[in-house]
Formats: sequence, C-alpha cells, structure tokens
Amino acid sequence: MLDMASLLMTAPELVLTASGLVLLMVAAYAGDGSARIVGWLSIAALLSAGLTLCGIAGHGGEAFDGLYRADAFSSFSKVLIYATAALSIVIAPRFFATGRAVRAEYPVLILFAVAGMGLMVSASDMLTLYVGLELNSLASYVLASFMRQDGRSAEAGLKYFVLGSLASGILLYGISLLYGFTGSTSYAGIATAMTDGLSNGELFGLVFVLAGLAFKISAVPFHMWTPDVYEGAPTPVTAFFATAPKIAAVALFVRVTIEAMGSAFAAWQQIIIFLALASIFFGAVGAIGQTNIKRLMAYSSINNVGFALVGLAAGTPEGVAAVLSYLAIYVVMTMGSFYCILQMRDAAGNPVEDIASLAGLSQSRKGLAAAFAIFMFSLAGIPPLFGFWAKFLVFDAAVGAGLAGLAAFGIAGSVIGAFYYLKVIKTIYFDEPAEGSAPAGSPLENALMAICAAVIVLGYLLNPFLDKVSAAAAAALL
Amino acid sequence: MNQLGFPILSLMMALPLAGALACLFSNAATARMIALAATLADLVLGIVLWLNFDQGLSAPQWQFTEYAPIFGRFAWAMGIDGIALMLIALTVFLMPICILASWESVQKRVSEYMAAFLLMETLMIGVFTAQDLFLFYIFFEAGLIPMYLIIGIWGGVNRIYASYKFFLYTLLGSVLMLIAMLWMAREAGTTDIPTLMTHNFDPKVQTWLWLAFFASFAVKMPMWPVHTWLPDAHVQAPTAGSVILAGVLLKMGGYGFIRFSLPMFPDASAQFAWLVYGLSMVAVVYTSLVALVQQDMKKLIAYSSVAHMAIVTVGLFAFNQAGVEGAMMVMLGHGLVSGALFLCVGVIYDRLHTREIDRYGGLSINMPKYAVLFLLFTMASVGLPGTSNFVGEFLSLMGVYQASSWVALVSTTGIILGAAYMLYLYRRICYGDLTKEDVRAMPDLNAREIAILAPIAAAVLWMGIYPESFLAPMRADVRAVVARMEPAKHPGDAHLTAGKPAAPAAHGGHGAAAPHEPSATTEHAGEAH
Repeated sequence: MLDMASLLMTAPELVLTASGLVLLMVAAYAGDGSARIVGWLSIAALLSAGLTLCGIAGHGGEAFDGLYRADAFSSFSKVLIYATAALSIVIAPRFFATGRAVRAEYPVLILFAVAGMGLMVSASDMLTLYVGLELNSLASYVLASFMRQDGRSAEAGLKYFVLGSLASGILLYGISLLYGFTGSTSYAGIATAMTDGLSNGELFGLVFVLAGLAFKISAVPFHMWTPDVYEGAPTPVTAFFATAPKIAAVALFVRVTIEAMGSAFAAWQQIIIFLALASIFFGAVGAIGQTNIKRLMAYSSINNVGFALVGLAAGTPEGVAAVLSYLAIYVVMTMGSFYCILQMRDAAGNPVEDIASLAGLSQSRKGLAAAFAIFMFSLAGIPPLFGFWAKFLVFDAAVGAGLAGLAAFGIAGSVIGAFYYLKVIKTIYFDEPAEGSAPAGSPLENALMAICAAVIVLGYLLNPFLDKVSAAAAAALL
Repeated sequence: MNQLGFPILSLMMALPLAGALACLFSNAATARMIALAATLADLVLGIVLWLNFDQGLSAPQWQFTEYAPIFGRFAWAMGIDGIALMLIALTVFLMPICILASWESVQKRVSEYMAAFLLMETLMIGVFTAQDLFLFYIFFEAGLIPMYLIIGIWGGVNRIYASYKFFLYTLLGSVLMLIAMLWMAREAGTTDIPTLMTHNFDPKVQTWLWLAFFASFAVKMPMWPVHTWLPDAHVQAPTAGSVILAGVLLKMGGYGFIRFSLPMFPDASAQFAWLVYGLSMVAVVYTSLVALVQQDMKKLIAYSSVAHMAIVTVGLFAFNQAGVEGAMMVMLGHGLVSGALFLCVGVIYDRLHTREIDRYGGLSINMPKYAVLFLLFTMASVGLPGTSNFVGEFLSLMGVYQASSWVALVSTTGIILGAAYMLYLYRRICYGDLTKEDVRAMPDLNAREIAILAPIAAAVLWMGIYPESFLAPMRADVRAVVARMEPAKHPGDAHLTAGKPAAPAAHGGHGAAAPHEPSATTEHAGEAH
C-alpha cells in the first residue's frame, strides 16, 4: 500500500536516489568536465536530504507497514552520515586532480551509498536492512577500486567485494534462519517470537546475523579486509569508508540487537563483549607494526569500533546514547585525521602515506603538526581532548550496567592503543625533518582541519547538547 | 563568589593558558618574556590567594569556590583548602624559576617550549583546584601531553624511550582510576569531591576502589616497584622539566592519597596500610642504596626522590596529625629541594654538558657561590635541622612511630642513607683538587642563576625555621582527614602512657631530690603494648 505519509517519511532516501540518478545522467552526457559541478550538486542533494529530516521524515515512526522507521535514532545517524559524506566529496577534487583523471561518478556513487546507509539505519525489517546494506556495499566496492589504473586500488576493490559478498551471504543465511524459526522478517516480529526463550535455530540465526554485521563494522575477528581496503582505496574514499559507512553499520548493528533481539539480550551480550574486547586488543596490537598511515587508521577504526561496542554491551538506553555520542566524536577525529593525511605530499606533489614521511613535520608545518597531534592524542583518548569523552561515555555506561570488569579490560586496552598514536606524534615532533617531504594543503582543507581540531579541543562545551540529542535518539529504540 | 570578588582560581589557570597561546605565535625572545610575565603574574595571584585565605577557626574548609555546570555530566567546580593552597603556592613559586632556568639552555623551538610549560602550569593548578571528580581526572591526565612533548623534544640522548615510558606507565596507572571514579559517581550520585569525601562507601567495595586509585597514585608518586619510569624521565628531561617533574608532578600522587584514598576509603586505607608500609620501607632502603652507586647526578637525585616520597607515604598512612602534616611538609620541602638540586645540576651541566659525577671535582675552589648554595640544598635534602626537609621528615617519622615503631625504625635509616649518598655526591663534585682543565675553566654563578637559586634557598630556610607559616593553613584540613580515618585505623603499637612517677627517695637527708622525670620512660613503656 503506497501512502503519502510513508513516502514523506522516506523523503531523504527519495531525494538522494532521484538526485543520484539525475546526476549520473549529467555525468554520463557532460563527461568528466562536469565533475566539480556534480560534486557541488551532490552536496546540495545531501543538504536537502538532511533538511527533510526536520519534517516528518525525522520523527514519523513506521512507514510502509513496518518496513521502515523514521525516528530520532535514524535522524541522528543520518545527520552524521550526510555530513561526513558531504565532507568526503569536498576533499576529493584536489586529491584526484594531481595527475589523475577527475571522474564525475565519484560523488554520484557516494550519493547511492548514502541512500543505502539511510535505509540501513532506518530499517525495521531484515529485508530493508539487506537491501540498504547491499546498495551501500555495491557503491562502496566500486569506490574502493575507483582508481582503476592503480593496482592497489583494484586489489582493494576486489578484496572488499569478495569478502563483502561472503559476509552478505552469512548475513542472509542468518536472516533466513531467523525467518524460518520466528516466522517473521520484521524486527518486531522477531522480538516477539524470541520472548518465550531462544530456540537453537533462533540462536544460530542470531549468531550468523551478528557475524555478518560484525564484518560490516569490521570488528575482530571479521576485520581482516579493513587494512587492505583502507590502504588500497584512494585517500578520500578511505576517509569516507572510515566514517559514513561505519556510522551506518554500527547504528544498524545497534538497532538490530536492541530492537529485533532485545529479548535475547543475554545471548548476544556475551558475543558483543567478545567482539568489543577482541577489537580493542587486536586493533591496538595490530596497529603497532604499521608503517603506512592509512593502514594505521584502519587498525584505529577497528580499535574504535571495539570501544563503541562496549556501550552496546551495556544494553541500556544510556549505553546506546553513549555509542551514538562515540560515533559523533569519532567521526570528527577521523575526518580531521584524514584532512591531515591528505596534505601529506612528496616534493613532486604526489600523495605519500608513509608514517616516516611525517618526520619533523612540526618544524616545517606547525599548524598541520599541531592538528595532527591533537587528533592522535584525541584518538588515544587522552583528556582534555574530546576523544576522551567518547571513551568516558561508553565506559560509564558499561559500569552502570554492572560491567566494571569489561570497562577495566577495555580501558587497559586503550593504553596499548595509545602507543601507536604516540608513535605518530613522536615522528611528527621528535624526529628530524624527512627529506623529500613537502606537505601542502589547500585553504579548504586547512579550514576543515582547523574546525575539526577546534571541536576536539573545545568539545566539552557541546556536552549538554550531545547528551540531549543522543539520549533522545536512544529513547527511540528502548 | 569568594572573598575577592573575582574568580581567582580560574584566572590563575587562564593566565598561563593565554600566555601559552601567545607564545605559540611569537618568536623566541618574545616567548621567553611572555612566559616569564605570565608565570610571575601567576605568582602574584598565588600570593594574593595565600594572603586572602581565611585560616581562622570558623573559616569554611573550601574557599574561593566556583561552580559552573557547563559540561553536562560534570561541572567546572573549583575550590581550595589549605592543602591545595600549599601545593598551588609551590607550583606558582617554581614556575618562574623553571622559565628562568631555561632562559639560555633551551635554544631550539623556544616558543613551543614556553607554551608547553605554561600549559603545564595551567593543568597543575587545575589538578589542585578541581572539586569535581572528572574535572580532576581530566587535569590529572592532561598533564601527560605537555610533559611527553617536553621530554621528547628537548630531552637528552635517550629521550624517546624515556618519553614513551613516562607516558604509558602513568597512563596505565590512571585509567583504572577512571573506572573506579565512574563507579563512585554512580554509587554516591554526585561528582562533587567534598561530598564524596564524606560519603561512606561499602568497606568491601572500598578495597577495589582503593586499589584502583592506588594504581594511579603509586605510579605517579612513584612508589617502589613502579618507580622505574622516574629515573629515565628525570635523566632525559631538560633541567626545567626535571624541576617540574620532581617539584610538582610527583606531589600529585601524594595529593591524590590525601584527597581521595584516605578520606574516601578509610577502611581500605587502614586495611592496606601494611602494603604501603612494606613498599615504602623497601623503597627507602633500596632506592637509597641504589642512589649511592649512581654515576649520573640526575639519576642519583631521581632515586633520592623515590626514597623521600616513601617517607611521604609512610607519613600519610600513619593516619595521625603529625604523620599527615609531616607528609605534606616533606612534599613541599622536597618540591623545593629536589627542584633546587636539579637546578644545581643544570648549572654545571650547562657549562660542561655532562652529568657524570666523575667529570667534576673541586668546584668549591673555582665556584664558591655555587658550592655554598649546593651545600645548603644538599643539607636540606639530608634533612638537617633548620631546613625544610627536617620538619617534614621529623613529623612524619614521629607520626609513623605511633602507628608502627618498626616502620619508623626502617624509614629512619633513609635519613642516614640520605646523608651518605648526598654527602658523597657533594664531596665528589665540590671537594678535592681542581685537577681537570675544563672544570677549572668553569665560571661561577651568574646573576640569573643566583636569582633562580636564592629564592629557593630563602624558602627552604623559611620552612625550616618557621614551619608554622606552612602548617597553619593545612592544620584544620589535615585534622579533618585524620578524623575521617579515626574509626578505621589500626591502634598502632606505640602509645604514650602516663608513666608512674617513682616514689620520692626516702633518704632523710635528701628531701629536695627531684622526682624522676616521668616522660623519659614513656616511650619505652609504650613499646611494650
């Protein structure tokens, strides 16, 4: 049944899909010369999609007979996704401009991915979830191999595709098991069926679904694709991967566990605790030996997902709010870090990714070095930077739910993590300047980097606002 | 607001912070001037703070309080008691000296150096003034960032290893404290430190909370066996960095014990007193012996710091007025004296660029002014009466004697060993013949160096001769801590009991013979308990 209210509630996705299709035509007929204008129009599309959230699309409730939900939780996630997607488009032209073909499909693919993410965070049915996830994934596979001439990029795309399909298969198998044993694909139906104890079939389904989703959020032990994809993909795409799809996947993860499997809390809590601790420790240990900054950021994202899951393990509204706040803060730190990484150039102006090429940055580019250090300290969770607050919130939620042991182990893991962030800072500040490194940035990148750094330093003033918004979003689930 | 009508504590933190930002955007010469001006202004504010601190009997415990709930889950809550006041005074006193000490010895990246020091000052004052649990934690941890940079950028040859070790060691210690804090804030329903200080936590839980806090403060203090970061950090840090590290940062551990562990977990503190005693006794003897064989001056002083800090911990865990007051006095005295000793090392390091003790000798011949001041600080470090450390060490040992005479016995050996390694150090550096050519060429102290060392010398003597100025502001606060410990503490093995006066001698011809002085035997009578 197609009703007006449902259409209005899905307005953000409709806007994105429609503008994606139109812009694809523009790109196809106007050629790559239109890349810049397509980029700005895509940002406009993201902005207008964001604006529709002010209306019924932001809080309307169920649409299409329970296939889709528009609530504070989805709005919170969508705002973050749209913002990071727009920022990933903004930074792209300069990167692709240096000796590479500028292609107009880049922003269009991002629009399609974002439409899929919107469906992911709004899904209240396993099938909507799957469709959204696949839409996002397909666009992502293409984005990963966007630089076709570059072997690493093609490899990244292929790896991502093969492993991603495997994960999708596992997820789909889990969904089919759940459907078979609960008789429903809707979250509400599954939750109802699970209230009277968990049958073996349901348990298997739950485990498979979580395993498939763990791949998408790159939680250990399903993380192996992340470093390769992050390293191989073009840097703006990596920045995108580390932020928007991460938010979507974690938000989806949260919604599935809380809404669909809320009554089987005891069954999935232990899985989440394992995923969280494993991600924190393996992410931290794996990062130590890395010499490529993008690989390091990949392990950092694995590590951070672990921390976000600590909040989910609590299973309380507070825990969900903490996860959302964590994502918001994480996104600012990560985006900021990538603005710094994008400025890493060699003497000829080509992008470089070696951590060693950062040596002595503090003497050649003071501002960039300071911003880099701020993001690294913040990712390490050292107060007074905002990254500390993110960790604070998830651990507070864990302690509140009686998981003080988990919190203690998790935070001990953050000390291991601090080591590799310190290594980057050491290279920037303590080492002698590297030869042949000539970091350069555009005013736009510098401005965005400065804004991110300011948020990270002064973020505590946003606490009351962040608390309110994330609590409202969490209340929509529980 | 407060008796001054303006938020003096926030101002004291804002000034160095503003100075730090200004330094970042100025050249070396300007940065030096800005840093000196900002720290001197803070010193003036610190004096104003001390003069206006109400020490009367009816004075409120927490003064100059500020409260602004702007951070959602925690608040910008400031306020000081006498204990914090003294430590703030120490901080603002040492900071201009640190800046002056780096005036010439630091030549590379001066503006960033000054900025790091000013930021450090802001954070240290923040630690001592924070009245909100999480605000305290933020300042406590944030200090790692500038110190990491100070050691790593301006440090010695092995600075990178030292900076990592410093950072990760102290971070690992602190994070468990955060988990304990989260639990406490939920249990007590508040993050307000004064309220938490009177909250009675379940004794069973106190054990865990105490251990979590202990992990943090023991590393910061540092206590044996988690002290190993300190010698590395000290040796590699630039002179002023060592001064701040020894002078103020180590005191955060002691401050943490007196502000958190003792009043918040009295039962657990009493329960774990043996642990603290044990580690402290090992520290006193072991690190003193290690200090005795050091070839590196800074390392020697670093190890002596560990030994002195052990006297602080035994004093704190004596749970009586004398012990806690003594511990505070040792902290203040050690802050001045170890800072001054590092500066003394810095003076000759700047001339010869080595810290190896054997490279010196006979300095009293060609650097008499230096030898006099160095001798004063050596004596103060040994704990000679008339200097700051004597007061503190005497009080803490007296306090701990009431709690456990064995601990007092072992801890007192620290004074003897301290005399051994300090005098040995002094002999090798200042006495003997002036045989080395390059040492002979070293000029005596210049005006700047005298200006750095003389105020510390004056303060050391002031603390030694009239300690009341420093004890009076803290007395009521220490009493409150001791009262809080009263129900839980172990009775101790040494009590003063009124002795029985011996019967007057009955010999007819000696009616005027004085009765035996009863007090002479009380100590021994007490031992028997």
